[in-house]
Amino acid sequence: MTGEHIIFLIVGAVTLLSALMVVTMRNLVHAALWLVATLFGVAIIYTLLNAGFLAVVQVVVYIGAIAILFIFAVMLTRRQAADTGVSVNKNWWAGALMAVLTFAGLAYLLQSWRGFSKTAAAIPSGFDAVNQLGEALTSPAGYVLPFEVASVLLLAALVGAVYLAFNKK
Amino acid sequence: MNEWLYVGLFFIVGLIIPIGAIAMGFMLGPKKPNPIKQSTYECGIEPVGEGWVQFKAQYYIFALVFLVFDVETVFLFPWAVKLGQLGMFAVIEGIVFILILIAGLVYTWRKGMLEWV
Amino acid sequence: MNFWNDPLKVAADWLMGIFTSWGMNDVAAHVLVAFLGVLLLITILMVIDIFLVWIERKVVSRFQDRIGPNRVGPFGLIQPFADIIKLMIKEDTTPDGADKVVYNIAPILSMMSVLILWAVVPLAPVMLGVDLNIGVLFIIAAGSIGTLSIIMAGWSSNNKFSVIGAFRCVAVMVSFEIPMLATLLIPTIFTGSMGMNAIIQGQNIWYVFLSPLAALIFLIAAIAELGRAPFDLAEGESELVSGYNIEYSGMKFGMFYAGELLHAFTFGGFWAIMFFGGYRFFGLEQISPFLAIAIILFKALVGYWIIMWVKYTVMRIRIDQMLAFNWKFLTPVAFVLVMVTALMNALLRDAGNWLYITGMILSNIIVAWASLEIVRLVSKKERERVEGLKQVVEAHH
Repeated sequence: MTGEHIIFLIVGAVTLLSALMVVTMRNLVHAALWLVATLFGVAIIYTLLNAGFLAVVQVVVYIGAIAILFIFAVMLTRRQAADTGVSVNKNWWAGALMAVLTFAGLAYLLQSWRGFSKTAAAIPSGFDAVNQLGEALTSPAGYVLPFEVASVLLLAALVGAVYLAFNKK
Repeated sequence: MNEWLYVGLFFIVGLIIPIGAIAMGFMLGPKKPNPIKQSTYECGIEPVGEGWVQFKAQYYIFALVFLVFDVETVFLFPWAVKLGQLGMFAVIEGIVFILILIAGLVYTWRKGMLEWV
Repeated sequence: MNFWNDPLKVAADWLMGIFTSWGMNDVAAHVLVAFLGVLLLITILMVIDIFLVWIERKVVSRFQDRIGPNRVGPFGLIQPFADIIKLMIKEDTTPDGADKVVYNIAPILSMMSVLILWAVVPLAPVMLGVDLNIGVLFIIAAGSIGTLSIIMAGWSSNNKFSVIGAFRCVAVMVSFEIPMLATLLIPTIFTGSMGMNAIIQGQNIWYVFLSPLAALIFLIAAIAELGRAPFDLAEGESELVSGYNIEYSGMKFGMFYAGELLHAFTFGGFWAIMFFGGYRFFGLEQISPFLAIAIILFKALVGYWIIMWVKYTVMRIRIDQMLAFNWKFLTPVAFVLVMVTALMNALLRDAGNWLYITGMILSNIIVAWASLEIVRLVSKKERERVEGLKQVVEAHH
C-alpha cells in the first residue's frame, strides 16, 4: 500500500461520510455545507488521478457556483433553516432496493469489463491534459459539435431560469 | 511525484497557521461571558426578532446568471490554451460559442432580470 | 550548485541529507522537506502581512493628509505588533444563537483561501512554487473557497447585518468573477498555457502593452473580488456597520482583517504576474533569485498601492449600480475583448512583432472607445428621458 492509496482511502471515506451527512442533516444550510465537503472530496480524488483541470473546475463550478446557489436558495425561500418533517416516507424500502440493485448492476458491469483489474499505464512525461482537452474540443475531428451544443444548452438553462423567475413576479 | 501533493501541503499549512493563531488568542484572552456581551449586536439596541431576514429573489437570479457564465468561461480555457496552434476554424468556433452566450445575456437583460428592483 | 544561485535547492538537499541520515525513507524525507518549505514561505507571508497593516495605515493617512502611526517605534513600525498583541489578548466572544462550528471554521477558511494562492506564485526562475498547468484557474478556485467562508461567517453569526453583508458580498464576488475569468483568458491566449511560470516566460513584451484594457478590467474585477472600496458595500460602515464579520472579535476578526490585506497584496502580485512580467525585469532576474524575489515583491507592492489608491479616492457605490456596472458593461466588454483578441491573435500571429503589438493595442483602444461611446449614448438617452419626465411633472403642477 502506497501513500497514495492511504490518501485515497481517507479521502474516499470522508467524502462518503459527508455525502451521508448531506442527506441526514436536519439543518438545510448544514446539509449544503456538507455537500461542499463532499464535492471537495471529489476534487481531491480528481487530483489523485492527475486530472488537475477537472479538480479545479470541480471547485470553481460546484463549490464556487452551485453550492453558493444552493445556500442562496435555502436562505431565500425558508424562514427556518431546520426541516422538521420526516425525512423518509413509506416507500423508503423501494428506494433502498433500487439503490442496491443499481449498485449491484454497476458492479457487475464493471467487473465484467476487462480494464477493471488492469493498472493504468503511467502518464508519459510532458503530457499536458489541458492541451489535449483543448485539441479535442476544437479540432473538427474531435468534439466541436458537443462543444457548441454545450453553449446552446447553457443558453437554454439561462432562458429557463429567466422564464421561471419572470413568471413569479 | 504528484504535484498536487505540494498544493495539499499548502492547504494543510494554510489551515494550521490560522488555527494556531486563533487558539493562541483563545488561550491568552480573558473569558468573562455575560448575557449582554453575548447578545447579538444591533447598534446597541436590544435585538428585535431573529437574525434571519428574508431576501430579495434578485440575488438568486444573479447567482443563476453567474453559474451559466462560470461554466461557459471554464469551457473556454482549454480552447484558449490551444488557440495559438490552431487555425481560423477554432477561433470562429470559440467566437460562436461566446456569441451564443452573449445572446443569453442580452435575453436576460431585455427581460429586465438584470434590473435591481 | 551555489547557495546564491539556487538557495531552495541547496537548502532542500542539505535537509534531505540530514533526514535520510536519520534513517528516514526518501519519500517521507521529501514530503517533510516540502512541508518545511511551505511552512517557511507561509510564515514569511504572515510577517509580510503584519507589515502590510503598517503600510496600509501609513498610506491611508498620507492620502488623507495625516501622519499615521508614528509613536510606537521608528515611523510607528512597532505599531502592528502592538495591534496583534491587542487582538491576541482580547476576549473571544461568541454571540448567542450563533452556529458555533460554522462560526469558528469561517475565519480559518477565509485565511486559508488567501494563503493557498501562494502555492502557484512563481517567486523566481528557480522558485516556481507548484507550477500547475492550470495555475490561472487555481486563483478562481481559491476565490470560491473565500466566497464560501464569507457566506458561512455571515450566516452563522445570527445577525441581520452580517447576513445582509454576506449576501451583498457574495453577490459582488460571484458577479465580478466573470469579467475576471474572461480577462484571465487573454494572457492564456497570448501564452498558450495557463501555468503562471509559462505566462511570465511568455512576456518578452509585458502583456499590459498588448492588452491594456484587459489589465484594467482585471484590476477592477480584483478590487471587487477583494471587497475593497469602491466595491466594499459588504462592509458599508454607515449602513451595515461592518458586514459579515460584525460579530467576530479578537484573533478571529484578525484573521478576516489580515486575510483581506494579504489578499489585496496577493492580487497585486497576480496583476504583476499576468500583465507586468512577474519576476522579470530586463534580465535582472537572471542575476540572483533574491533579486527576482525583490522584483516580484516590489511589483506586488505597486499593485497593492494602486488598489489602496483607488480605495481611498473613490466613493462607495450602490449595489444596484455595481451589479449593473458588472453585468451590463464589464462582462460584455470583457467577452468582446476576448473575441477580438482571439481573432487578432490568429490574424497577426505570422505578421511581424511590431505589427502584432500595434494591432493588439489598436484593437484594445477601439474596443474601449466603442464601449465608452455606447455607454455615452445610452446614458444621454437616459438623461433625456429623465429630463422629459421632469418636464411632464412640472407641467402638471
